[in-house]
Amino acid sequence: MTVALWVVPALPFAGFLLCLLLGSRLGKSFVSTVGAGSVGLATVAAWTRLVPYLTGDGTPVVEKVAPWIAAGNFSVDVSFRLDPLSALMVSFVTFVGFLIHVYSIGYMSHDETDAGYARYFSYLNLFLFAMLVLVLANNFLLLFVGWEGVGLCSYLLIGYYYEKEYAADAGKKAFIVNRIGDFGFLLGTFGVFGLFGTLDFDSVFSRAAADPARFAPGLTLVCLLLFVGAMGKSAQVPLHVWLPDAMAGPTPVSALIHAATMVTAGVYMVTRCNVLFRLAPEAMFAVAVVGGVTAIFAAVIAIAQNDIKKVLAYSTVSQLGYMFLACGVGAYVAGMFHVLTHAFFKACLFLGSGAVIHALGGEQDMRRMGGLGRRLPLTYTTFLVATLALAGIPPLAGFFSKDAILTGVFAAHRPILFGLGLVTAGLTAFYMFRLVSLTFAGDFRGTPEAAAHVHEAPPTMTLPLVILAFLSAIAGFLGLPEVFGEGANRIAAFLAPVFPRVGLAAAEPPAHSLPAATEWLLMGTSVAVAAVGILLAWTWYAKRAGRPAARVAASLPALYRLVAEKFRIDELYDVLFVRPFVWLARMLWKVVDVLIIDGVLNAGAFLVELTGDALRFLQTGNVRNYALTFLLGIVALLLIVLAG
Amino acid sequence: MTPNGIPLGDVLLASGALFTIGLAGALLRRNAISIFLAIELMMNAANLAVLGYAAALHSLEGQIVVFFVIAIAAAEAAVGLAIFVALFRHTETIDVNKINLLKW
Repeated sequence: MTVALWVVPALPFAGFLLCLLLGSRLGKSFVSTVGAGSVGLATVAAWTRLVPYLTGDGTPVVEKVAPWIAAGNFSVDVSFRLDPLSALMVSFVTFVGFLIHVYSIGYMSHDETDAGYARYFSYLNLFLFAMLVLVLANNFLLLFVGWEGVGLCSYLLIGYYYEKEYAADAGKKAFIVNRIGDFGFLLGTFGVFGLFGTLDFDSVFSRAAADPARFAPGLTLVCLLLFVGAMGKSAQVPLHVWLPDAMAGPTPVSALIHAATMVTAGVYMVTRCNVLFRLAPEAMFAVAVVGGVTAIFAAVIAIAQNDIKKVLAYSTVSQLGYMFLACGVGAYVAGMFHVLTHAFFKACLFLGSGAVIHALGGEQDMRRMGGLGRRLPLTYTTFLVATLALAGIPPLAGFFSKDAILTGVFAAHRPILFGLGLVTAGLTAFYMFRLVSLTFAGDFRGTPEAAAHVHEAPPTMTLPLVILAFLSAIAGFLGLPEVFGEGANRIAAFLAPVFPRVGLAAAEPPAHSLPAATEWLLMGTSVAVAAVGILLAWTWYAKRAGRPAARVAASLPALYRLVAEKFRIDELYDVLFVRPFVWLARMLWKVVDVLIIDGVLNAGAFLVELTGDALRFLQTGNVRNYALTFLLGIVALLLIVLAG
Repeated sequence: MTPNGIPLGDVLLASGALFTIGLAGALLRRNAISIFLAIELMMNAANLAVLGYAAALHSLEGQIVVFFVIAIAAAEAAVGLAIFVALFRHTETIDVNKINLLKW
């Protein structure tokens, strides 16, 4: 039985409507069933299409649902597309999404009101709908619909605890920063239409590949604009500021939207447009530089954070930087591979941190944690597996995807970017093990009451953790490096149809020309760097309770404060953009509106009032005066009539 | 010339004189009942003019119109006098100079 592609996003949408309209009346068990069930069904529906597809030849399938806009030469359909790239995305978006829905049932059970619970699940379903539209879209405009939809859901879910001011502010911040990126993306879409006269993926890419020289001049600008959109959505420097604040939302939301799926939309979009980007080498270089800078920048900030979710948020920003670094040097497969493995281990880490926060009754500061490894054995084990995967320890998933990226950068002859990537790998291992040490090792540093409250999470929460940890451990075998034998890199072979040959020789994917010895050396180096980071963090924080780190921080107080305060980017933006804007708004309010517009209106009203004040004295109330006025009026009329 | 030999001009003159007297009374008197009578006078001046024309033009319509005017004047007199009674009960006066509440 084949299920139509539109069914896959339609199921979560139906769940959204049911939860929104009936959820608060029918109670939590109904919402849990519908919310998680609709996504479960969508997962099943998606996989019935994916399983035959995965074993097939990877020919794109396009299913037109309905014509959407047709105006003159311009026509856009609502049509969905299944090709290796969207199949990869859909497979983990539905599956990880389903796991996180299940986890949410346990995590949100403490949210006492039925209405809030229904609101949460309806937003989560709406998010999944938008994300599936995004990845299944067959043209830029439908992709943009999903793009905006996930942004909206992100805003709604970050501000889920809207009665807390910081959550509402974080939601607004995410929305506004994303808007800046979306503006770039929209302009890029206009540019695509201007260059190619269509927004359909196949037509755009085939026209671009057929005649690269003709489109080359405008293409760089278009690609840069599209990349601005990706920077906003995927939180790249300098538009990264919203993602760490987005942690104000419930933890499963952080796991689903702000780690596993939505933030990878930018990487997906760049990979989807790889034909355009490969024809614009300058834009590719910009992608690589932004990615590399973001990777190390966010990793440095993550070292000095004390909020467990903030560390993970900056880690996400850093890993997204890695993915863009890969795309920028042409190693799109490595980028998408990292998207996949990152979705598993980062979702696992966020859900694990959620279990820790849950156990401590809402505590997020790592300085008041410690020693939880013995109290939460299951959470600790899964968290450790995911951490090792993120740190890049073989044979876990992160090792292979990170190694693929570093190899790609090395093969592209970008020594500086390779250095950035390698240092970031070390920093990643360091901050993740700092987190693990502070949270799970040593002695508990919180209050005795908090210690008494510690409990392992319910099965709805631990089961997704175990599954995600398992996937974090094994997903790497999908993309073994070429040295393990011809065809070992199954993901590269699977994705190959997405990267057609384009007319430019320089734009071809880098041929795998590295000698085996070099590859082994690269692997050894990245493992060694990760191991150094892990050992350093473990000795500093677990064995010696953070004293060496405190000494280092104390010896460089200015630098430490700068890093701990996130390089004061928020403050910089405040001075550069927010305050001038607020000043401008006040000017428009106090001067233009109050003084000029209101002034003109009030002057008119005042004139009328003045005239009325003068004329009112004619109204004496004495009837005989009125009669006399009638008489005079009639006489005047008569005179006029007779004289005229 | 009317059928009974009075010239139309004389009738109109008498009507005009009556109207002027009524107008002067309405403007100059302060007693509400006097004003009311003056208004009746003006109305009858108008009636007289209509009748004069009706007779001069051998038309019945003018006479019928006058009947209607008289009937309406009777109704108006009832309403007007009732207003004066109500006014007097309220303000103890029917001097129109003192009844000037409806002003600026």
